[in-house]
Amino acid sequence: MAEVAEDTAAHLGVFVPPNEPRTPIVTVTETWPVRALLIGISVGFLALFVVLPIASVFVEAFAKGLGTYLAKLKDPDALAAIRLTLTTAAIAVPLNVVFGVAAAWLIAKYRFPGKTLLVTLIDLPFSISPVVSGLIYVLMFGGRGVLGPWLEDHDISIIFATPGIILATIFITFPFVAREVLPLMQEQGNDEEEAALTLGASGWRIFFQVTLPKIKWGVLYGVILCNARAMGEFGAVSVVSGHIRGRTNTIPLQVEILYNEYDTVGAFALASLLMLLAFATLVAKKVIESRQVHHR
Amino acid sequence: MTNASASPAAGRARPRVGWKVGSLPGFGPTLGVTLTYLSLIVLIPLAGLVLKTAELSWSDFWRTISGPRALATYRISFGGALIAAVINAVLGFIVAWTLARYKFRGKGLVDALVDLPLALPTAVAGIALTAIYSKNGWLGSHLEPHGIHIAFAPAGVIVAMIFVGLPFVVRTVQPVILDLDSQIEEAAAVLGATRAQAFRKVIFPPLIPSLMTGFALAFARGVGEYGSIVFISGNKPMETEIVPLLIVTKLEQYDYTGATALAVVMLSGSFLLLMLINVLQAWSRKGRHG
Repeated sequence: MAEVAEDTAAHLGVFVPPNEPRTPIVTVTETWPVRALLIGISVGFLALFVVLPIASVFVEAFAKGLGTYLAKLKDPDALAAIRLTLTTAAIAVPLNVVFGVAAAWLIAKYRFPGKTLLVTLIDLPFSISPVVSGLIYVLMFGGRGVLGPWLEDHDISIIFATPGIILATIFITFPFVAREVLPLMQEQGNDEEEAALTLGASGWRIFFQVTLPKIKWGVLYGVILCNARAMGEFGAVSVVSGHIRGRTNTIPLQVEILYNEYDTVGAFALASLLMLLAFATLVAKKVIESRQVHHR
Repeated sequence: MTNASASPAAGRARPRVGWKVGSLPGFGPTLGVTLTYLSLIVLIPLAGLVLKTAELSWSDFWRTISGPRALATYRISFGGALIAAVINAVLGFIVAWTLARYKFRGKGLVDALVDLPLALPTAVAGIALTAIYSKNGWLGSHLEPHGIHIAFAPAGVIVAMIFVGLPFVVRTVQPVILDLDSQIEEAAAVLGATRAQAFRKVIFPPLIPSLMTGFALAFARGVGEYGSIVFISGNKPMETEIVPLLIVTKLEQYDYTGATALAVVMLSGSFLLLMLINVLQAWSRKGRHG
Protein backbone atom coordinates (compact mmCIF):
# COMPACT_ATOMS: atom_id res chain seq x y z
CA MET A 1 0.00 0.00 0.00
CA ALA A 2 2.85 2.33 0.81
CA GLU A 3 4.17 1.90 -2.71
CA VAL A 4 0.87 2.74 -4.29
CA ALA A 5 0.69 5.86 -2.17
CA GLU A 6 4.19 6.81 -3.25
CA ASP A 7 3.38 6.32 -6.92
CA THR A 8 0.22 8.31 -6.64
CA ALA A 9 2.24 11.01 -4.93
CA ALA A 10 4.66 10.99 -7.86
CA HIS A 11 1.85 11.46 -10.32
CA LEU A 12 0.37 14.29 -8.34
CA GLY A 13 3.71 16.04 -8.66
CA VAL A 14 4.85 15.44 -5.10
CA PHE A 15 8.61 15.07 -4.79
CA VAL A 16 9.84 11.48 -4.75
CA PRO A 17 13.60 10.92 -4.55
CA PRO A 18 14.89 9.68 -7.90
CA ASN A 19 16.63 6.34 -8.38
CA GLU A 20 14.87 4.89 -5.39
CA PRO A 21 14.48 1.16 -6.06
CA ARG A 22 10.83 0.41 -6.60
CA THR A 23 8.86 -2.63 -7.61
CA PRO A 24 6.19 -2.13 -10.24
CA ILE A 25 2.66 -2.23 -8.88
CA VAL A 26 1.48 -4.28 -11.82
CA THR A 27 3.50 -5.89 -14.53
CA VAL A 28 2.72 -4.11 -17.74
CA THR A 29 3.61 -5.90 -20.91
CA GLU A 30 1.82 -7.51 -23.79
CA THR A 31 0.32 -10.98 -23.64
CA TRP A 32 2.64 -13.68 -24.93
CA PRO A 33 0.94 -14.19 -28.33
CA VAL A 34 1.34 -10.47 -29.04
CA ARG A 35 4.97 -10.56 -27.91
CA ALA A 36 5.68 -13.62 -30.05
CA LEU A 37 4.00 -12.01 -33.04
CA LEU A 38 5.98 -8.76 -32.70
CA ILE A 39 9.28 -10.59 -32.20
CA GLY A 40 8.40 -12.76 -35.20
CA ILE A 41 7.72 -9.69 -37.38
CA SER A 42 11.00 -8.05 -36.30
CA VAL A 43 13.11 -11.12 -36.89
CA GLY A 44 11.34 -11.83 -40.17
CA PHE A 45 11.81 -8.26 -41.42
CA LEU A 46 15.53 -8.29 -40.67
CA ALA A 47 15.96 -11.82 -42.03
CA LEU A 48 14.32 -10.80 -45.30
CA PHE A 49 16.06 -7.45 -45.74
CA VAL A 50 19.45 -7.96 -44.07
CA VAL A 51 20.32 -11.64 -43.55
CA LEU A 52 19.20 -12.79 -47.00
CA PRO A 53 21.35 -10.22 -48.87
CA ILE A 54 24.38 -11.09 -46.69
CA ALA A 55 23.95 -14.78 -47.44
CA SER A 56 23.44 -14.19 -51.15
CA VAL A 57 26.72 -12.24 -51.44
CA PHE A 58 28.76 -15.13 -50.05
CA VAL A 59 26.81 -17.86 -51.87
CA GLU A 60 27.26 -16.09 -55.22
CA ALA A 61 30.93 -15.30 -54.52
CA PHE A 62 31.76 -18.95 -53.83
CA ALA A 63 29.38 -20.34 -56.49
CA LYS A 64 32.31 -21.69 -58.50
CA GLY A 65 34.51 -22.69 -55.60
CA LEU A 66 37.28 -21.15 -53.58
CA GLY A 67 39.80 -21.31 -56.45
CA THR A 68 37.72 -19.13 -58.76
CA TYR A 69 36.95 -16.77 -55.87
CA LEU A 70 40.64 -16.21 -55.15
CA ALA A 71 41.48 -15.93 -58.86
CA LYS A 72 38.86 -13.18 -59.24
CA LEU A 73 40.39 -11.26 -56.35
CA LYS A 74 43.87 -11.56 -57.88
CA ASP A 75 42.74 -10.13 -61.21
CA PRO A 76 44.93 -7.07 -61.97
CA ASP A 77 41.93 -4.76 -62.38
CA ALA A 78 40.52 -5.98 -59.07
CA LEU A 79 43.87 -5.40 -57.38
CA ALA A 80 44.07 -1.92 -58.91
CA ALA A 81 40.58 -1.17 -57.58
CA ILE A 82 41.55 -2.39 -54.11
CA ARG A 83 44.69 -0.24 -54.22
CA LEU A 84 42.76 2.87 -55.29
CA THR A 85 40.15 2.35 -52.58
CA LEU A 86 42.83 1.98 -49.90
CA THR A 87 44.71 5.05 -51.18
CA THR A 88 41.53 7.13 -51.22
CA ALA A 89 40.62 6.16 -47.67
CA ALA A 90 44.20 6.68 -46.49
CA ILE A 91 44.07 10.30 -47.69
CA ALA A 92 40.44 11.17 -46.98
CA VAL A 93 40.13 9.74 -43.45
CA PRO A 94 43.14 11.49 -41.78
CA LEU A 95 42.23 14.84 -43.38
CA ASN A 96 38.67 14.47 -42.12
CA VAL A 97 39.94 13.64 -38.62
CA VAL A 98 41.97 16.87 -38.50
CA PHE A 99 39.02 18.87 -39.83
CA GLY A 100 36.47 17.11 -37.61
CA VAL A 101 38.41 17.69 -34.40
CA ALA A 102 39.27 21.30 -35.31
CA ALA A 103 35.66 22.10 -36.23
CA ALA A 104 34.34 20.43 -33.06
CA TRP A 105 36.81 22.42 -30.91
CA LEU A 106 35.81 25.64 -32.66
CA ILE A 107 32.08 25.04 -32.26
CA ALA A 108 32.19 23.60 -28.73
CA LYS A 109 34.60 26.05 -27.11
CA TYR A 110 33.74 29.44 -28.57
CA ARG A 111 30.73 31.56 -29.39
CA PHE A 112 30.75 33.52 -32.62
CA PRO A 113 28.26 34.75 -35.21
CA GLY A 114 27.42 32.28 -37.98
CA LYS A 115 27.91 29.22 -35.81
CA THR A 116 24.50 27.75 -36.68
CA LEU A 117 25.24 28.18 -40.36
CA LEU A 118 28.56 26.40 -39.86
CA VAL A 119 26.85 23.45 -38.18
CA THR A 120 24.33 23.27 -41.02
CA LEU A 121 27.14 23.29 -43.60
CA ILE A 122 28.83 20.40 -41.80
CA ASP A 123 25.61 18.39 -42.03
CA LEU A 124 25.16 19.15 -45.73
CA PRO A 125 26.70 15.97 -47.21
CA PHE A 126 24.32 13.87 -45.12
CA SER A 127 21.30 15.52 -46.62
CA ILE A 128 22.11 15.75 -50.31
CA SER A 129 22.09 12.92 -52.80
CA PRO A 130 25.55 11.44 -53.44
CA VAL A 131 24.98 12.02 -57.15
CA VAL A 132 24.49 15.74 -56.56
CA SER A 133 27.67 15.75 -54.44
CA GLY A 134 29.60 14.31 -57.37
CA LEU A 135 27.88 16.65 -59.79
CA ILE A 136 29.02 19.83 -58.02
CA TYR A 137 32.64 18.73 -58.54
CA VAL A 138 32.03 18.02 -62.22
CA LEU A 139 30.42 21.45 -62.64
CA MET A 140 33.46 23.10 -61.05
CA PHE A 141 36.40 21.04 -62.29
CA GLY A 142 35.02 19.06 -65.27
CA GLY A 143 35.95 19.70 -68.92
CA ARG A 144 32.98 22.05 -69.36
CA GLY A 145 33.02 23.14 -65.74
CA VAL A 146 33.75 26.60 -64.39
CA LEU A 147 37.48 25.92 -63.92
CA GLY A 148 37.67 23.29 -66.70
CA PRO A 149 39.47 25.35 -69.39
CA TRP A 150 41.98 26.76 -66.90
CA LEU A 151 42.78 23.30 -65.51
CA GLU A 152 43.20 21.96 -69.04
CA ASP A 153 45.65 24.75 -69.91
CA HIS A 154 47.72 23.82 -66.88
CA ASP A 155 47.46 20.11 -67.60
CA ILE A 156 45.77 19.31 -64.31
CA SER A 157 43.13 16.60 -64.37
CA ILE A 158 40.77 16.29 -61.43
CA ILE A 159 37.59 14.84 -62.90
CA PHE A 160 37.96 11.33 -64.37
CA ALA A 161 41.17 11.02 -62.32
CA THR A 162 42.25 10.10 -58.81
CA PRO A 163 42.10 13.67 -57.34
CA GLY A 164 38.40 13.90 -58.19
CA ILE A 165 37.70 10.57 -56.53
CA ILE A 166 39.55 11.66 -53.41
CA LEU A 167 37.80 15.06 -53.33
CA ALA A 168 34.34 13.53 -53.74
CA THR A 169 35.12 10.97 -51.03
CA ILE A 170 36.31 13.70 -48.65
CA PHE A 171 33.11 15.64 -49.29
CA ILE A 172 30.85 12.63 -48.65
CA THR A 173 32.65 11.61 -45.44
CA PHE A 174 33.71 14.86 -43.74
CA PRO A 175 30.80 15.12 -41.29
CA PHE A 176 31.41 11.75 -39.57
CA VAL A 177 34.25 12.70 -37.19
CA ALA A 178 32.90 16.20 -36.45
CA ARG A 179 29.40 14.77 -35.76
CA GLU A 180 30.76 12.25 -33.25
CA VAL A 181 33.24 14.53 -31.47
CA LEU A 182 31.14 17.72 -31.24
CA PRO A 183 28.42 16.39 -28.86
CA LEU A 184 31.10 14.86 -26.64
CA MET A 185 32.99 18.16 -26.34
CA GLN A 186 29.76 20.08 -25.71
CA GLU A 187 28.74 17.65 -23.00
CA GLN A 188 32.11 17.75 -21.26
CA GLY A 189 32.38 21.53 -21.08
CA ASN A 190 35.58 23.56 -20.69
CA ASP A 191 36.30 23.36 -16.97
CA GLU A 192 39.22 20.95 -17.14
CA GLU A 193 40.77 22.77 -20.10
CA GLU A 194 40.51 26.08 -18.28
CA ALA A 195 42.09 24.54 -15.17
CA ALA A 196 45.00 23.27 -17.28
CA LEU A 197 45.36 26.73 -18.81
CA THR A 198 45.49 28.34 -15.36
CA LEU A 199 48.21 25.87 -14.41
CA GLY A 200 50.22 27.11 -17.38
CA ALA A 201 49.72 24.40 -20.00
CA SER A 202 50.12 25.36 -23.64
CA GLY A 203 47.29 24.96 -26.17
CA TRP A 204 48.72 21.77 -27.72
CA ARG A 205 49.43 20.30 -24.30
CA ILE A 206 45.85 20.99 -23.19
CA PHE A 207 44.57 19.32 -26.32
CA PHE A 208 46.75 16.21 -26.15
CA GLN A 209 46.73 15.66 -22.39
CA VAL A 210 43.33 16.93 -21.31
CA THR A 211 40.90 16.95 -24.23
CA LEU A 212 42.07 14.06 -26.40
CA PRO A 213 41.83 11.38 -23.67
CA LYS A 214 38.22 12.45 -23.10
CA ILE A 215 37.21 12.34 -26.75
CA LYS A 216 39.38 9.50 -28.09
CA TRP A 217 36.54 6.94 -28.33
CA GLY A 218 34.38 9.45 -30.14
CA VAL A 219 37.21 10.17 -32.58
CA LEU A 220 37.72 6.45 -33.17
CA TYR A 221 34.00 5.90 -33.67
CA GLY A 222 33.96 8.71 -36.24
CA VAL A 223 37.04 7.27 -37.97
CA ILE A 224 35.39 3.86 -38.30
CA LEU A 225 32.19 5.24 -39.80
CA CYS A 226 34.13 7.65 -42.02
CA ASN A 227 36.36 4.83 -43.28
CA ALA A 228 33.44 2.51 -44.03
CA ARG A 229 31.74 5.20 -46.08
CA ALA A 230 34.99 6.28 -47.79
CA MET A 231 35.70 2.75 -48.97
CA GLY A 232 32.13 2.02 -49.98
CA GLU A 233 30.92 5.26 -51.57
CA PHE A 234 29.34 4.67 -54.96
CA GLY A 235 27.14 7.50 -56.24
CA ALA A 236 29.46 10.49 -55.84
CA VAL A 237 32.57 8.60 -56.91
CA SER A 238 30.75 7.10 -59.87
CA VAL A 239 29.94 10.57 -61.21
CA VAL A 240 33.53 11.88 -61.02
CA SER A 241 35.47 8.72 -61.84
CA GLY A 242 34.89 8.14 -65.55
CA HIS A 243 35.11 4.39 -64.90
CA ILE A 244 38.55 3.88 -66.42
CA ARG A 245 39.37 0.25 -65.74
CA GLY A 246 42.49 -0.34 -63.69
CA ARG A 247 42.92 3.42 -63.16
CA THR A 248 39.89 5.18 -61.74
CA ASN A 249 37.75 2.30 -60.52
CA THR A 250 37.33 1.88 -56.80
CA ILE A 251 36.06 -1.45 -55.44
CA PRO A 252 32.35 -0.48 -55.63
CA LEU A 253 32.76 0.80 -59.20
CA GLN A 254 34.63 -2.35 -60.24
CA VAL A 255 31.77 -4.37 -58.71
CA GLU A 256 29.35 -2.50 -60.98
CA ILE A 257 31.42 -3.04 -64.12
CA LEU A 258 31.86 -6.77 -63.48
CA TYR A 259 28.19 -7.15 -62.67
CA ASN A 260 27.11 -5.39 -65.85
CA GLU A 261 29.44 -7.67 -67.81
CA TYR A 262 27.70 -10.72 -66.30
CA ASP A 263 30.87 -11.68 -64.39
CA THR A 264 28.71 -12.49 -61.38
CA VAL A 265 31.36 -14.39 -59.45
CA GLY A 266 33.88 -11.59 -59.96
CA ALA A 267 31.39 -8.91 -58.85
CA PHE A 268 30.32 -10.84 -55.76
CA ALA A 269 33.91 -11.79 -54.88
CA LEU A 270 34.83 -8.10 -54.65
CA ALA A 271 31.49 -7.36 -52.97
CA SER A 272 32.33 -9.96 -50.32
CA LEU A 273 35.40 -7.89 -49.36
CA LEU A 274 33.13 -4.89 -48.79
CA MET A 275 30.76 -7.12 -46.81
CA LEU A 276 33.67 -8.14 -44.56
CA LEU A 277 34.50 -4.44 -44.16
CA ALA A 278 30.89 -3.82 -43.08
CA PHE A 279 31.13 -6.66 -40.52
CA ALA A 280 34.42 -5.28 -39.18
CA THR A 281 32.80 -1.84 -38.93
CA LEU A 282 29.83 -3.15 -36.96
CA VAL A 283 32.04 -5.15 -34.57
CA ALA A 284 34.34 -2.17 -33.98
CA LYS A 285 31.27 0.01 -33.42
CA LYS A 286 29.89 -2.38 -30.78
CA VAL A 287 33.27 -2.58 -29.01
CA ILE A 288 33.59 1.21 -28.90
CA GLU A 289 30.00 1.62 -27.71
CA SER A 290 30.63 -0.75 -24.79
CA ARG A 291 33.87 1.12 -23.95
CA GLN A 292 32.05 4.44 -23.96
CA VAL A 293 29.44 3.06 -21.58
CA HIS A 294 32.13 1.75 -19.21
CA HIS A 295 33.97 5.05 -19.21
CA ARG A 296 30.96 7.06 -18.17
CA MET B 1 13.75 31.38 -14.77
CA THR B 2 12.84 27.73 -15.09
CA ASN B 3 16.09 27.13 -16.92
CA ALA B 4 18.27 28.00 -13.96
CA SER B 5 18.03 24.50 -12.58
CA ALA B 6 18.22 22.78 -15.96
CA SER B 7 21.40 21.13 -17.12
CA PRO B 8 24.12 23.52 -18.27
CA ALA B 9 24.27 21.71 -21.63
CA ALA B 10 20.71 22.74 -22.39
CA GLY B 11 21.62 26.37 -21.81
CA ARG B 12 24.70 26.15 -24.02
CA ALA B 13 22.87 24.49 -26.86
CA ARG B 14 20.68 27.53 -27.36
CA PRO B 15 22.15 29.65 -30.15
CA ARG B 16 23.14 33.09 -29.01
CA VAL B 17 24.48 35.92 -31.05
CA GLY B 18 27.71 37.71 -30.36
CA TRP B 19 31.26 36.64 -29.62
CA LYS B 20 32.61 34.76 -26.64
CA VAL B 21 36.10 33.56 -27.36
CA GLY B 22 37.20 33.43 -23.73
CA SER B 23 40.66 32.43 -22.58
CA LEU B 24 41.08 29.00 -24.17
CA PRO B 25 43.67 29.09 -26.94
CA GLY B 26 43.02 27.75 -30.41
CA PHE B 27 40.27 29.99 -31.75
CA GLY B 28 42.40 31.32 -34.61
CA PRO B 29 43.90 28.02 -35.79
CA THR B 30 40.66 26.00 -35.55
CA LEU B 31 38.71 28.77 -37.28
CA GLY B 32 41.38 28.83 -40.00
CA VAL B 33 41.41 25.07 -40.52
CA THR B 34 37.62 24.80 -40.51
CA LEU B 35 36.97 27.68 -42.89
CA THR B 36 39.77 26.73 -45.30
CA TYR B 37 38.62 23.14 -45.43
CA LEU B 38 34.96 24.01 -45.85
CA SER B 39 35.80 26.54 -48.55
CA LEU B 40 37.87 24.07 -50.55
CA ILE B 41 35.59 21.08 -50.12
CA VAL B 42 32.13 22.62 -49.98
CA LEU B 43 31.87 26.31 -50.82
CA ILE B 44 33.99 26.47 -53.99
CA PRO B 45 32.33 23.42 -55.61
CA LEU B 46 28.91 24.70 -54.55
CA ALA B 47 29.79 28.00 -56.21
CA GLY B 48 30.16 26.00 -59.41
CA LEU B 49 26.60 24.83 -59.07
CA VAL B 50 25.39 28.36 -58.44
CA LEU B 51 27.32 29.74 -61.44
CA LYS B 52 26.01 26.99 -63.72
CA THR B 53 22.47 27.56 -62.50
CA ALA B 54 22.83 31.28 -63.21
CA GLU B 55 23.64 30.41 -66.84
CA LEU B 56 20.24 28.76 -67.19
CA SER B 57 17.41 30.84 -68.52
CA TRP B 58 14.16 30.52 -66.61
CA SER B 59 12.37 28.94 -69.58
CA ASP B 60 15.14 26.35 -70.15
CA PHE B 61 15.14 25.58 -66.46
CA TRP B 62 11.39 25.14 -66.40
CA ARG B 63 11.38 23.02 -69.56
CA THR B 64 14.00 20.65 -68.12
CA ILE B 65 12.38 20.19 -64.76
CA SER B 66 8.81 19.88 -66.01
CA GLY B 67 9.32 17.54 -68.97
CA PRO B 68 7.40 14.25 -68.89
CA ARG B 69 10.55 12.19 -68.27
CA ALA B 70 11.59 14.42 -65.36
CA LEU B 71 8.08 14.32 -63.89
CA ALA B 72 8.14 10.50 -64.08
CA THR B 73 11.42 10.43 -62.13
CA TYR B 74 9.94 12.63 -59.37
CA ARG B 75 7.04 10.23 -59.09
CA ILE B 76 9.36 7.22 -58.76
CA SER B 77 11.86 8.92 -56.44
CA PHE B 78 9.50 10.77 -54.12
CA GLY B 79 6.59 8.29 -54.36
CA GLY B 80 8.86 5.28 -53.89
CA ALA B 81 10.66 6.91 -50.97
CA LEU B 82 7.30 7.75 -49.37
CA ILE B 83 6.06 4.14 -49.58
CA ALA B 84 9.41 2.80 -48.37
CA ALA B 85 9.44 5.26 -45.45
CA VAL B 86 5.88 4.28 -44.43
CA ILE B 87 6.84 0.58 -44.46
CA ASN B 88 10.00 1.40 -42.51
CA ALA B 89 8.00 3.46 -40.02
CA VAL B 90 5.62 0.57 -39.27
CA LEU B 91 8.13 -2.30 -39.26
CA GLY B 92 10.93 -0.17 -37.79
CA PHE B 93 8.64 0.80 -34.91
CA ILE B 94 7.93 -2.87 -34.20
CA VAL B 95 11.66 -3.69 -34.32
CA ALA B 96 12.45 -0.78 -31.98
CA TRP B 97 9.70 -1.90 -29.60
CA THR B 98 10.83 -5.54 -29.46
CA LEU B 99 14.47 -4.52 -28.98
CA ALA B 100 13.63 -2.03 -26.25
CA ARG B 101 11.04 -4.07 -24.35
CA TYR B 102 11.44 -7.81 -24.84
CA LYS B 103 14.12 -10.34 -24.04
CA PHE B 104 14.62 -13.09 -26.59
CA ARG B 105 17.42 -15.28 -27.85
CA GLY B 106 19.46 -13.66 -30.59
CA LYS B 107 18.41 -10.15 -29.59
CA GLY B 108 22.00 -8.88 -29.61
CA LEU B 109 22.44 -10.12 -33.17
CA VAL B 110 19.18 -8.54 -34.33
CA ASP B 111 20.27 -5.27 -32.73
CA ALA B 112 23.61 -5.41 -34.56
CA LEU B 113 21.99 -6.30 -37.90
CA VAL B 114 19.88 -3.13 -37.79
CA ASP B 115 23.04 -1.08 -38.44
CA LEU B 116 24.24 -3.14 -41.40
CA PRO B 117 22.60 -0.95 -44.08
CA LEU B 118 24.62 2.00 -42.74
CA ALA B 119 27.89 0.07 -42.94
CA LEU B 120 27.34 -1.84 -46.17
CA PRO B 121 28.29 -0.10 -49.43
CA THR B 122 25.15 0.49 -51.45
CA ALA B 123 26.53 -1.18 -54.57
CA VAL B 124 26.82 -4.45 -52.64
CA ALA B 125 23.26 -4.10 -51.37
CA GLY B 126 22.15 -3.41 -54.93
CA ILE B 127 23.65 -6.52 -56.52
CA ALA B 128 22.64 -8.73 -53.58
CA LEU B 129 18.99 -7.61 -53.68
CA THR B 130 18.93 -7.95 -57.47
CA ALA B 131 20.30 -11.49 -57.22
CA ILE B 132 17.62 -12.41 -54.68
CA TYR B 133 14.67 -10.95 -56.58
CA SER B 134 15.64 -11.62 -60.20
CA LYS B 135 13.82 -14.46 -61.94
CA ASN B 136 16.46 -17.07 -61.04
CA GLY B 137 16.94 -15.73 -57.53
CA TRP B 138 15.97 -17.25 -54.18
CA LEU B 139 12.76 -15.23 -53.90
CA GLY B 140 12.35 -14.11 -57.49
CA SER B 141 12.03 -17.69 -58.72
CA HIS B 142 9.00 -18.12 -56.46
CA LEU B 143 7.46 -14.70 -57.10
CA GLU B 144 7.90 -14.27 -60.86
CA PRO B 145 5.71 -17.29 -61.80
CA HIS B 146 2.88 -15.60 -59.89
CA GLY B 147 3.33 -12.43 -61.89
CA ILE B 148 4.97 -10.55 -59.01
CA HIS B 149 7.92 -8.61 -60.42
CA ILE B 150 10.31 -6.95 -58.00
CA ALA B 151 13.68 -6.79 -59.76
CA PHE B 152 13.61 -4.44 -62.77
CA ALA B 153 10.21 -3.10 -61.67
CA PRO B 154 9.07 -0.19 -59.48
CA ALA B 155 8.72 -2.57 -56.52
CA GLY B 156 12.48 -3.16 -56.71
CA VAL B 157 13.11 0.57 -56.23
CA ILE B 158 10.99 0.42 -53.09
CA VAL B 159 12.77 -2.70 -51.80
CA ALA B 160 16.16 -0.98 -52.17
CA MET B 161 14.82 2.16 -50.46
CA ILE B 162 13.47 0.06 -47.56
CA PHE B 163 16.91 -1.49 -47.16
CA VAL B 164 18.85 1.78 -47.03
CA GLY B 165 16.28 3.50 -44.77
CA LEU B 166 15.87 0.59 -42.35
CA PRO B 167 18.16 1.80 -39.53
CA PHE B 168 16.72 5.30 -39.24
CA VAL B 169 13.30 4.66 -37.69
CA VAL B 170 14.65 1.95 -35.36
CA ARG B 171 17.53 4.09 -34.14
CA THR B 172 15.48 7.23 -33.55
CA VAL B 173 12.55 5.48 -31.81
CA GLN B 174 14.42 2.85 -29.75
CA PRO B 175 16.10 5.26 -27.26
CA VAL B 176 12.82 7.12 -26.71
CA ILE B 177 11.01 3.87 -25.88
CA LEU B 178 13.79 3.03 -23.43
CA ASP B 179 13.36 6.47 -21.86
CA LEU B 180 9.61 6.08 -21.32
CA ASP B 181 8.56 6.22 -17.70
CA SER B 182 7.00 2.83 -16.93
CA GLN B 183 5.07 4.34 -14.01
CA ILE B 184 2.69 6.01 -16.44
CA GLU B 185 1.82 2.68 -18.01
CA GLU B 186 1.37 1.15 -14.59
CA ALA B 187 -0.91 3.98 -13.61
CA ALA B 188 -2.95 3.43 -16.77
CA ALA B 189 -3.24 -0.27 -15.96
CA VAL B 190 -4.18 0.41 -12.35
CA LEU B 191 -6.83 2.86 -13.48
CA GLY B 192 -8.37 0.11 -15.59
CA ALA B 193 -7.09 0.76 -19.11
CA THR B 194 -6.62 -2.24 -21.33
CA ARG B 195 -3.16 -2.74 -22.80
CA ALA B 196 -4.40 -1.50 -26.19
CA GLN B 197 -5.91 1.63 -24.63
CA ALA B 198 -2.74 2.27 -22.63
CA PHE B 199 -0.68 1.93 -25.80
CA ARG B 200 -2.91 4.23 -27.85
CA LYS B 201 -3.45 6.94 -25.26
CA VAL B 202 -0.40 6.81 -23.00
CA ILE B 203 2.56 5.12 -24.68
CA PHE B 204 2.26 6.07 -28.33
CA PRO B 205 1.74 9.88 -28.18
CA PRO B 206 5.18 10.68 -26.72
CA LEU B 207 6.78 8.48 -29.38
CA ILE B 208 5.21 10.31 -32.32
CA PRO B 209 7.92 13.02 -32.71
CA SER B 210 10.75 10.50 -32.83
CA LEU B 211 8.77 8.29 -35.19
CA MET B 212 8.21 11.26 -37.48
CA THR B 213 11.92 12.14 -37.34
CA GLY B 214 12.87 8.58 -38.26
CA PHE B 215 10.30 8.62 -41.04
CA ALA B 216 11.68 11.87 -42.45
CA LEU B 217 15.28 10.61 -42.28
CA ALA B 218 14.34 7.35 -44.02
CA PHE B 219 12.41 9.32 -46.65
CA ALA B 220 15.35 11.66 -47.29
CA ARG B 221 17.71 8.72 -47.58
CA GLY B 222 15.39 7.01 -50.06
CA VAL B 223 15.04 10.11 -52.24
CA GLY B 224 18.80 10.56 -52.53
CA GLU B 225 19.69 6.88 -52.88
CA TYR B 226 21.46 5.88 -56.08
CA GLY B 227 23.92 3.01 -55.60
CA SER B 228 21.57 0.20 -54.73
CA ILE B 229 18.70 1.31 -56.97
CA VAL B 230 20.60 1.44 -60.26
CA PHE B 231 21.14 -2.31 -60.05
CA ILE B 232 17.69 -3.49 -59.06
CA SER B 233 15.52 -0.99 -60.96
CA GLY B 234 16.53 -1.84 -64.53
CA ASN B 235 16.61 1.93 -65.16
CA LYS B 236 13.71 2.11 -67.60
CA PRO B 237 12.82 5.73 -68.45
CA MET B 238 9.29 6.71 -67.40
CA GLU B 239 8.96 3.51 -65.38
CA THR B 240 11.78 2.85 -62.92
CA GLU B 241 14.10 5.81 -63.50
CA ILE B 242 14.93 7.86 -60.38
CA VAL B 243 15.98 11.52 -60.28
CA PRO B 244 19.68 10.85 -59.44
CA LEU B 245 19.89 8.46 -62.39
CA LEU B 246 18.44 11.03 -64.78
CA ILE B 247 21.08 13.49 -63.53
CA VAL B 248 23.81 10.94 -64.29
CA THR B 249 22.31 10.24 -67.72
CA LYS B 250 22.29 13.94 -68.55
CA LEU B 251 25.90 14.28 -67.35
CA GLU B 252 26.96 11.38 -69.56
CA GLN B 253 25.38 13.19 -72.51
CA TYR B 254 27.32 16.33 -71.49
CA ASP B 255 23.99 18.06 -70.82
CA TYR B 256 25.43 19.97 -67.86
CA THR B 257 22.60 22.49 -67.77
CA GLY B 258 19.93 19.78 -67.64
CA ALA B 259 21.81 17.96 -64.87
CA THR B 260 22.20 21.23 -62.96
CA ALA B 261 18.50 22.06 -63.21
CA LEU B 262 17.52 18.66 -61.81
CA ALA B 263 20.16 18.96 -59.09
CA VAL B 264 18.65 22.29 -58.06
CA VAL B 265 15.24 20.60 -57.73
CA MET B 266 16.77 17.83 -55.60
CA LEU B 267 18.75 20.30 -53.47
CA SER B 268 15.64 22.39 -52.81
CA GLY B 269 13.78 19.24 -51.79
CA SER B 270 16.64 18.16 -49.51
CA PHE B 271 16.84 21.60 -47.96
CA LEU B 272 13.11 21.60 -47.14
CA LEU B 273 13.45 18.12 -45.67
CA LEU B 274 16.47 19.15 -43.59
CA MET B 275 14.50 22.03 -42.12
CA LEU B 276 11.56 19.74 -41.42
CA ILE B 277 13.85 17.21 -39.70
CA ASN B 278 15.40 19.96 -37.55
CA VAL B 279 11.95 21.14 -36.48
CA LEU B 280 10.88 17.56 -35.72
CA GLN B 281 14.02 16.92 -33.71
CA ALA B 282 13.50 20.07 -31.68
CA TRP B 283 9.92 18.94 -31.06
CA SER B 284 11.16 15.47 -30.13
CA ARG B 285 13.65 16.89 -27.59
CA LYS B 286 10.96 19.09 -26.10
CA GLY B 287 8.70 16.04 -25.78
CA ARG B 288 11.41 14.15 -23.96
CA HIS B 289 12.74 16.74 -21.58
CA GLY B 290 10.13 19.48 -21.44
